[in-house]
Amino acid sequence: VLNRRCVEAAVMTGLALNCSINKKSLFDRKHYFYADLPAGYQITQQRVPIAVNGSLSYSLCIDNKMSQMVTKTVRIKQIQLEQDSGKSLHDDTRSQTLVDLNRAGVGLMEVVMEPDMCCGEEAAAAVRELQLILQTLGSSQAVMAEGQLRVDANVSVHHPGEPYGVRTEVKNINSIRFLAKAIDYEIQRQIEELENGGTILNETRAFDSKLGCTVPMRDKEGKQDYRFMPEPNLPPLILYDAKSLPANMNHQQVINIDWIHERLPDLPSVKRKKLVEQYGILPEHSFTLLNEDGLAEFFESVVKQTQMKPKKVIGWILKDLLSYLKQHSLTVKESPVSSFVLADLLNLLEKKEISSTAAKQVLAELWKGEGKTPLEIVKEQKLELLQDQKELEQICQAVIDGHENEVIMMVLG
Amino acid sequence: AALSRGLRSQVSAALKEGRVAPTELCQRCLALIKSTKFLNAYITVAEETALKQAEESEERYKRGQPLGILDGIPIAIKDNFNTAGIETTCASNMLKGYISPYNATVVQKLLDQGAVLLGKTNLDEFAMGSGSTDGVFGPVRNPWSYSKQYKEKSVPKSHPEDEESNWVITGGSSGGSAAAVASFTCFAALGSDTGGSTRNPAAHCGVVGLKPTYGLISRHGLIPLVNSMDVPGILTRCVDDAAVLLGSLAGHDPKDSTTIQDDFKPFELLNLTDVSKLSIGIPKEYHAPGLSSEILALWSKAADLFKNAGAKVVEVSLPHTPYSIVCYHVLCTAEVASNMARFDGLEYGHRSDMKDSTESLYAATRREGFNDVVRGRILSGNYFLLKQNYEKYFVKAQKVRRLIANDFVKVFRSGVDILLTPTTLRDAAPYTEFIQEDNRTRSAQDDILTQAANMAGLPAISVPTALSERGLPVGLQFIGRSFQEKQLLTVAKWFEKQVQFPVIQLEEVKRHDSDVFQHQKSASFS
Repeated sequence: VLNRRCVEAAVMTGLALNCSINKKSLFDRKHYFYADLPAGYQITQQRVPIAVNGSLSYSLCIDNKMSQMVTKTVRIKQIQLEQDSGKSLHDDTRSQTLVDLNRAGVGLMEVVMEPDMCCGEEAAAAVRELQLILQTLGSSQAVMAEGQLRVDANVSVHHPGEPYGVRTEVKNINSIRFLAKAIDYEIQRQIEELENGGTILNETRAFDSKLGCTVPMRDKEGKQDYRFMPEPNLPPLILYDAKSLPANMNHQQVINIDWIHERLPDLPSVKRKKLVEQYGILPEHSFTLLNEDGLAEFFESVVKQTQMKPKKVIGWILKDLLSYLKQHSLTVKESPVSSFVLADLLNLLEKKEISSTAAKQVLAELWKGEGKTPLEIVKEQKLELLQDQKELEQICQAVIDGHENEVIMMVLG
Repeated sequence: AALSRGLRSQVSAALKEGRVAPTELCQRCLALIKSTKFLNAYITVAEETALKQAEESEERYKRGQPLGILDGIPIAIKDNFNTAGIETTCASNMLKGYISPYNATVVQKLLDQGAVLLGKTNLDEFAMGSGSTDGVFGPVRNPWSYSKQYKEKSVPKSHPEDEESNWVITGGSSGGSAAAVASFTCFAALGSDTGGSTRNPAAHCGVVGLKPTYGLISRHGLIPLVNSMDVPGILTRCVDDAAVLLGSLAGHDPKDSTTIQDDFKPFELLNLTDVSKLSIGIPKEYHAPGLSSEILALWSKAADLFKNAGAKVVEVSLPHTPYSIVCYHVLCTAEVASNMARFDGLEYGHRSDMKDSTESLYAATRREGFNDVVRGRILSGNYFLLKQNYEKYFVKAQKVRRLIANDFVKVFRSGVDILLTPTTLRDAAPYTEFIQEDNRTRSAQDDILTQAANMAGLPAISVPTALSERGLPVGLQFIGRSFQEKQLLTVAKWFEKQVQFPVIQLEEVKRHDSDVFQHQKSASFS
């Protein structure tokens, strides 16, 4: 039986990726025997998937400098709905395999990209953007480590101007970082293989994250004939739009593409644009803000609570706050410094009650999370900026008086 | 006798009025099952649970709150429907000992209405066959083999063993269900119909066999053979009862996406008196090779019956009929190959001891679990589904299927209301003769008149018509328009009344309490 939510998620994702949504899509059975496939077949959409011909735009920094970003596009071949299999856990020590069938039959959405990317970095950036889109839409939480987003990379090499080479499929990639690594390794391996006169086999390889290389997978040998057959228990999936929706249809029974389209939330690219326009920050700043879960909201919250200009606030967010979070491996949600507290601190700075150096000191202290307010810390550590001119002169004079030799050296040049 | 008459004055009424108690009814049925054990109609008899259900029913009747017309009525279920807590084997080694955790939707519906589930009936392994002879629990014997009518017509044998071996088959694959109903051990039974598996044994056993329109009754919990053709089938002793069962089972099931959404309204069958507005079609292609002259004559006589009563009887043509058997085999085996893939011995059912590798485990398990018939169909089906063969066979067969279905559409559109055809080519064959040919050959022969209705998804019913020269039942088939079961059953009921098919005279049944015999002999429970 088809899961309505899965269909909605697929339509949302298809729309977000600029795909054509097929108003009629079909389900098929893909047959093969494997311990984690209890029915002996997987229900998928081989003939007519739910969405086709889309595109995904993503950005890369050139030369690792955040200041220079380029936008690239990867074409989306299709999005298809299918069933998940169970999970196999190989216990080599006892020569047995344990099969967990809990997730068998759960709905999956497969996004197939065209081979438009040229290296690990591009793939990583594309997948990262896809991840953000999925999270924004609510289609998936898309955390790779949890298996909510699984990525298989198909890699091939060829000389410019020549047709694409034989590709290998790389599986078992558990993070975006490993994705880039796996792809770059595989590209290198294939180039070396070919330059040594060898050939590339159309095979499936697994990424070994410990060794940082790909190895052939022993299970999938030879080409399988999956004996595709239409799934007889699932009638064709019919989707409607405002135009084609019949008048007296029960709304529980149908999915209206236009209705979903109207309710799509702002995609990351739109959100970034808005941040740049609204706050005058740089495009690369908007990327970092969205890349970190909750950071954009934190930033906006601080901006609301302080007189400091957003262009200045952003520095504190991206340089100071973020580096602290990274150092301590914390998420924004886990930050000991709340947006309220940070805004408080920045206000002191803005009102010139403290210097920026002092502010950094206060932040370091706030980071300990002992519950003191910025003002309390300032008073404690006597970090107030002196406003009194006379007082300042006295202090300066005192310093000069106390360091006669240095002063003479300075005057002499 | 009282077969077609006395609608409301039968068992249900008796239960309501307290003339007989559900537990009594249940016990008598169970006793009869025991004394007709030689028929091998039942694989599992759920004695304890049945009696418990009967007790609960009795309580309800005492309180004056029966759940409906089916409350307390003993029913048998073909052993390819999942029944929670009761073994479901599909007459296969693969599922011997398998106890399902859930009830098929149709089973649940029956239980919800208070029906008493007597047990699971025998069939061809995984419902593949037309004789109910190829299951691991042995063949089912047609109760008519032991009827006075058959014995009178048989050539007396010199040795009693020969007489023993003279028994005839029930037809299949729902032979157990048909035999159970025919021998009065239950009032109705569920079968399944993929290529004629309900109608064929119904005809051979002298009972009513109804194949509903595809999509009307839920298949959830029916272990699938061919998903696009399977339907739950209904076997009863009269057409009225079939209508009652249909009413309690039909309707949309969210768990089965192939059931239609429209509301189903149960109907009561009226007594048709005027057939002059009816148009009966006689498809000439159903004068199939191998059709016995006897059945041909009966078919003709039936047509005349309608004509003489004022109905319009026309010859029609379903030109693609000769291709339907081959088409059916391609599509059937392909789906079978797919549906049987789930039996790998890992999650449920039989698992071989072979431990060398997963592949060898699968191979050994499936070899041990399935009989030759099943394995043969799997191999054929996989062949047709291979990439290089898919277009040539599977897709082609789907196209031919469409042509076959269109044949019916055209005929019905031309003004014909119901088609009248034979159900089987001949009366029931003796077992020893039947097994001379293999399952595939037999199926190809016997399915010829019934499987086109499965291909087109149309409703069809076999009504017992007369006894053959050998004293065995012959049934004729009516095929109707999609979802027009009411019209189909109305016509069938009229026909049933006209032909007055004789009651089977079984020694075993006579030996029982004449009271109960009366209740059981009276065909109808409604």
